[in-house]
Formats: sequence, C-alpha cells, structure tokens
Amino acid sequence: MRHHLILRVVTKLLVGMIMLFALYVQFHGDYSPGGGFQAGVIMAVAFILYGLVFSVGQVQQVLPVWLVHKLVALGVLIYAGTGVYSMLTGYAFLDYAALSPHHPSHGQHWGILLVEAGVGITVTAVMVAIHYAFVGRAPLISDEEW
Amino acid sequence: MAEGSVQHTALSLLDHLPVLVVLIPFLAAPLVVLIGRNWLAWPLAFMAALGSFIVSVMLLAKVRGGEVLSYHMGGWAPPLGIEYRIDTANAFVLLIVSAIAVVILPYARASVRVELPDRHVPLFYALFLLAFTGLLGVAATGDAFNLFVFLEISSLSTYVLIALGGYRDKRALTAAFNYLIMGTIGATFFIIGIGFLYMATGTLNMADLAARIAELPDNRTIHAGFAFIVVGIGLKVAIYPLHLWLPNAYTYAPSAISAFIAATATKVAVYVLMRFLFSVFQPDFGFVAETLQYIVMPFALLGMFAASFIAIFQNDFKKMLAYSSIAQIGYMLLGISLMSETGLTAAIVHLFNHAITKATLFMVVGAYVLRSGGSFYRSLEGMGKTMPWTSAAAIVGGLSLIGVPGTAGFISKWVLVQAALEQDMWWIALLVVASSLLAVIYVWRGVEVVFMKQPADDVDRRPAPLMMIIPIWIMAGACVYFGLATDVTLGAARDAAQGLMAGPGPLLLGGH
Repeated sequence: MRHHLILRVVTKLLVGMIMLFALYVQFHGDYSPGGGFQAGVIMAVAFILYGLVFSVGQVQQVLPVWLVHKLVALGVLIYAGTGVYSMLTGYAFLDYAALSPHHPSHGQHWGILLVEAGVGITVTAVMVAIHYAFVGRAPLISDEEW
Repeated sequence: MAEGSVQHTALSLLDHLPVLVVLIPFLAAPLVVLIGRNWLAWPLAFMAALGSFIVSVMLLAKVRGGEVLSYHMGGWAPPLGIEYRIDTANAFVLLIVSAIAVVILPYARASVRVELPDRHVPLFYALFLLAFTGLLGVAATGDAFNLFVFLEISSLSTYVLIALGGYRDKRALTAAFNYLIMGTIGATFFIIGIGFLYMATGTLNMADLAARIAELPDNRTIHAGFAFIVVGIGLKVAIYPLHLWLPNAYTYAPSAISAFIAATATKVAVYVLMRFLFSVFQPDFGFVAETLQYIVMPFALLGMFAASFIAIFQNDFKKMLAYSSIAQIGYMLLGISLMSETGLTAAIVHLFNHAITKATLFMVVGAYVLRSGGSFYRSLEGMGKTMPWTSAAAIVGGLSLIGVPGTAGFISKWVLVQAALEQDMWWIALLVVASSLLAVIYVWRGVEVVFMKQPADDVDRRPAPLMMIIPIWIMAGACVYFGLATDVTLGAARDAAQGLMAGPGPLLLGGH
C-alpha cells in the first residue's frame, strides 16, 4: 500500500475519529443504542484498518499479539469481577446495587458501565486477535508476484 | 444520598452455592490466560475443578431432601431475570461433571505435556475450564436461553480442544470441523425451538415456560418448537442416526479430552433432553409421549445394536470405545422413553455409571497412546505385558461396560431391565441383554489384542507414569465401588427421577 497516498493519509486522519466514536458508543451505551459489543467492534476496526493500510508489523507494534491475548482475558475478568464484588458485599452475583448500597439505581449505572467496559475490552481484543490470526498466515503467493 | 436508602439482607456464602459452582472455573479460565505461566496453569485449573466439586457435593447434600434452590442473577426475580435452579437432577449432573474433571485433570497434566507443544499449555487449560464451565452452567441454569449460551460455551471450547489433537494426528482437524458443523446445526435448531417457545409464551424461564405451555396444548408454534428442540438436542446427545460427529471427535481428540468429553458432554445433553421432555413439556402434552414411544425408543434400540455392531468391527481402540458410547447412549434414551420413574432412574444412574466407566477406558487408552504413539489395535499388541496396571484397569472398565454383576454398569442395566419388566415389555429386557452380549464381543476383541499378543520388539516398555495410573485406578475403583454400594448413586438418581416426574415446580420468587 506504499503508493496509495490518499488511503494512507485518510487512514491516519480516520483512526483517531473511529476510536473516539467507539468510546462514545461505549459510554453512551446505557442511554442510547450501543454498548460494549458494538463499541468493541468499532474500536477493533481502527486497529484492523491501520493494519490493512500500513502493515501487520506496524499495527502489532502498537498492539502486540501477547497483549491482545491478555486483553481477551482481562475483559472477562472485569465482567466477572464486578459480579464477585457484589457477592462479597452480600448481594446476588452481578447485583449492581452493591456498588452503591444507599442508592441502588446509581449502583445500576456504575455496574452496567463496568460490565460494558469488560465486554468492550474483550470484544476489541477478540476481533483484533481474529484479524491477526488471518493476516498472520504466510501468503501462498507473495504480493510482488501478482 | 440517604433518601433512596433501601433495606437489604446480606446473602451468606451458602446462598451463593448455585452460582459458585459455575463461577469458580469461569473465573479461573481468564486468570490462567492472564497469568500465562505454564507451571501455574495446571494448579489453578485443578483448584478450580476441586472447588466446583466441593460446591456440587454440598449442593447435592442440600437438595437431596427435595428442596429446590433458586438463585436470582443480579437480584432480578424470575421470570424476568435469569434463574439458577438446583434440584436433585441438576445437582447429580453437576456432581458427575465436576467429579470427572477433578479426576481427569491430574491425568491430563502428564498426557498434555507429551501431546501438546509448551506454548499451548495455558490455553489448553483455559479451554478445558471453559468447556467445564459450560457443562456446569447447562446443568445449573433454569433459563432456557441461558442454557443455550452455556451449551455454546462448552461446545465452542470443545471444538478447539478436539482440534488440538491435530498435533498427534492431523485427522483431528477434520473431526473438529465436522463436529463444529454438526454441533452448530444442533445449536441452531435448539435456539430456533427456544425462539418458537418464546414467540408463543413470551418467557424464557423454564418453570414459567412449563406453566404457560400447559395452557396452550394445541398451539402449532409450540409443537414446532418442541420438534426443533428435540432434534437440536438429539444432535448434541448423538442419538443414533444423528451421531456422525461423535466417533472421529472422540478418536482424534487429545487423550485427556477424549476421556473428559466422553464422560460428560453427551451426559449433560441427555440431561437437557430429560429436562425439556419432563419439566418444560410434560409427557401428557401434545405428542411428547408419542415422540418418546415412536421415535426415541426405536432409535435408542437401533443405536444399541447398530453402534455395538460397528464397534465390533473397529480396528482402533478409541474408535471402538466411541461407537460403544453411542450404543450406551441408547440405554439412557431407552430409559427415558419408558416414561416411568424406574425408567428415568435407570437413565440417570446410567449417566453416572457410564461416565465413570468410559472415563476409565478412555484414560487407559490415553496411557497406551503415550507409549505406543497410536490407538490402533496393531500398535497396542501386548500392552498387557508392558503396562500391567493400566491394562488391569482396562479389564475392570470393560467388565463395567458389559454390565457384569459387581460393577457399576450392572446396576444401570439391572434397573433398566426392571423398568422394562414393570411395563410388561419383556422383549425390551431381552434386547438389553442381547446388546450386552455384543458388548462382550467388542470388549473381548480389545482384551485379546492387549493380553493375548506379544509386544513388538521395538515398543516402549516403560509402564505409564504414576500420575496417570492413580487417576485411572480411582475411576476403575469407582466402577467397582458403585457397583457394590448403590445407596448414593441409585438413591440420588431415584430422587432426581421423582423430581422430574413430578413436573416443574412453581416459580420461586422468594429465592436469592
């Protein structure tokens, strides 16, 4: 993609905006359509686009393979950890009221935010991991031979 | 802000048991990946399995008296919220799955070290824990959609685990792919069925579903939903004509995984079938009784014979065991299709007895594979001489598979024959005995290869490592113990059958 100047410039401009939009969808998820899953996919798109236009090597400098694997697990742990916290404080598993016992409806907001953050991290990491797995395979015919 | 202050009674640890049994391995799985150290992966996995086992023993002790535990996820009461509902049937299945995992994990440690590359070890245990979580979740939940989610968690991780057998034999990859396609079709049918039920009733909670389905006996949507669910679960159970994914998946999976899924995965699916046939739908609803009588029973009988015949002509020890599993699933389905308390007891007790029997045998083959590199009869010749302890356990397992008195396998067949005679179906009793004779033939073929042949000169003559022999003998010991002391297994199975026959309980809004 070295000679596609427009693509390279537009990608550089877009990546930041895509990430910003992902965060918007993430944090606005409890008021409007969206949430962790959609935000995670949009966030992953930023990395995948960068990887497609530049190179796998370059995107893996930003988000190395080992980190992706850890993030997959981390998101699940954040989700489950929220539930465990509410269990430890004497509430049912994932009863968000535990996060703000005196004002349970605030607790619900905090809880959904935390859980969605976990979902977002895992979905981002899984999408990127799938992308890495596909592009990481050695091509049967190298680009120059086409 | 004090104005919104809300009264709340704190839950104790004991109230959390229904969710803890699933949660412990579920938390351990990402931890194993996050830590990522090979030496820590196994201890974490084992501790998690042990934790689940202890919790499920406590649960079974608690519900044996007929009490039903209900746990409300996130504090949302059913039918809106997800409910974990534990009665004797669930608790018994939870116990089977977690006990098998506890015994197989020490065994897995030795075999994984040889069969998989080092870098995959933490991921292997993480996947194992996820498969384990999924199976426990399916058993624990009282929500039809949640059941589907857990079914997929366990199935997806099982596909990958089977594919890991590709390091030993590349055919594991096609086996896993086959299972992926068939399993996904099964899951899709199941979820379509759930969708139909939801469309007609507007609820997903099983107890609530049962109450509403009973009010709509002639609803076409529900009938279609029932058909989809039975076929979908039938694929996961491997009811005879839907079994095609099973032999290769069991044969080419890593040894520890063969033992684990052979002992648990289809058992949990049989439990789901029972739950839907007896708790969500009732035998007097629509054509449930006809389905059992004219579809499930003939296929169960067909499977008992056809799969046993195929097992006789195998030349691979693992594949022989896999086909025998299909035949044994026939016994469980036969018990279910008799629609009596004794029949259900036979099916449930066979879940347990067959799980320990097949776990023993698959672990034995895994030990053979460790030394001979393959499970073909040709490469197992004379193993009885080079691995006497392991092979002795194979005999115990084989006897239990046939159903010789004094072994666990006898108990389940005895109850099954009783159930058949109760309804004057003497011909079914005869067929059960006749198919056991087929088991004698295929077990004998294995014994002949292992004990009557001379080992080849270039064979690795070391016995199996102690870490494999101990789990193998714990299981083989269990086959004998539960063939003699039947209070626990048969008692729990009878309680579970009574619970299922009594139909669904009321919605438990006051639970935790």
